[in-house]
Amino acid sequence: MLKRLIVGMVVMVAVAAALTWVPVTYAQVWNSHGMIGNEQPPQTGPAPKRDLTGTWDAGGAGIAPRGSPTSSLTPWGEKKVSSYKPGDGPRASLIGEINDPLSTMCDPAGFPRNLLFELRPFQVVQTPNQVLMLYMFEKRFRTIWTDGRTLPKDPDPRWYGYSVGRWEDDSTFVVDTIGMDEKTWLDNAGNPHSNDMRVEERYHRVNMGALELTVTITDPTAYTKPWVGRNKLPLKLIPANVDLMEMICSGTEAQEYKKSMGK
Amino acid sequence: MKRLSRSTPVKNPLLGLAFGIASLVVTTTPLVAHHGAASFDTTKELTLQGTVTEWIWANPHCFLKFDAKDDSGTVRNWVVETGNPTDISRSGWARTSFKVGDMVTVNVQPVKSGAPVGRIRSVVLANGQRLGQGPGRGAPAPPPPQK
Repeated sequence: MLKRLIVGMVVMVAVAAALTWVPVTYAQVWNSHGMIGNEQPPQTGPAPKRDLTGTWDAGGAGIAPRGSPTSSLTPWGEKKVSSYKPGDGPRASLIGEINDPLSTMCDPAGFPRNLLFELRPFQVVQTPNQVLMLYMFEKRFRTIWTDGRTLPKDPDPRWYGYSVGRWEDDSTFVVDTIGMDEKTWLDNAGNPHSNDMRVEERYHRVNMGALELTVTITDPTAYTKPWVGRNKLPLKLIPANVDLMEMICSGTEAQEYKKSMGK
Repeated sequence: MKRLSRSTPVKNPLLGLAFGIASLVVTTTPLVAHHGAASFDTTKELTLQGTVTEWIWANPHCFLKFDAKDDSGTVRNWVVETGNPTDISRSGWARTSFKVGDMVTVNVQPVKSGAPVGRIRSVVLANGQRLGQGPGRGAPAPPPPQK
């Protein structure tokens, strides 16, 4: 009886040790793909107020390779899209004919394509006057100003636009962005936009380990009405010491790929 | 009632089911690509034996080049793609998976054009290791958050 008790205790200690050891070793891996799956213990409990700090992952849902359902295109939008030859979605082309500036030339994805396609893990850093978003895909960052400034009037177009953010309440951070260059695509299906586009991101911190992202596109030049590109997309907090892989598109590598595969 | 002896292996049907589901997911979930299947003949699969000439570990896709003889005995240099490093590293692929001169057996879905180009369904290395499509990045999304 005593022997069984001792064996049972040893087993319990071993299991407890394994449970505490596994996440630690996972978190210390270099060059992680960032995909946490079920390896991560649930992080529940109340969220800190007005704080998105941490690295967040949407899992497979972040990729959205087929593009987004949009509202109807205006005649301007139809004309714009007629020259786009995307790799996926309803207008998918053969590999040799694709003219997606991201996959063939390694142009920056731009905003909000970086949220609507290949949203890989990203880290949020907060300073007293900014929220910084550091994206694994493309290894790029965005600055969201929280110092009370207003959006610029008639700004020069940029790949990632101009962003200001505000806390709507203790758990909801709202970002408004304008000034995105219309040469960028919105997703992998080649949906277009104009320079007039305005994008709203809503980050709702549900609890310690969970965040929801909603992205609304308003572009009356290209679309007949606003549409939602991400609707409460769930994001999970991943360990703070995970070292993410680089996922950089290089022009030389993309050219080599297209030359080799586009036959 | 028959009692199990201590040496009898006890099979847990739930564990078996879990492994079954896991292996189904691993073998059937397609890799995510930046392009769709428009270029490929999705009705066709070829199994080719050949010698590695180059292995490119890069975005947007890793791809393997190898020499293989066709039915007439002519050697053709095949170019076959797989996923990106981030995704395929989750299922055992690595920058060091191939070196020039390695013998490989490659199961390929070819392009429609007839060129020696395609995408890898699976590949067996000289040491017998099999690399498949794996879970890629197509794993389940996180469950809905607990309110």
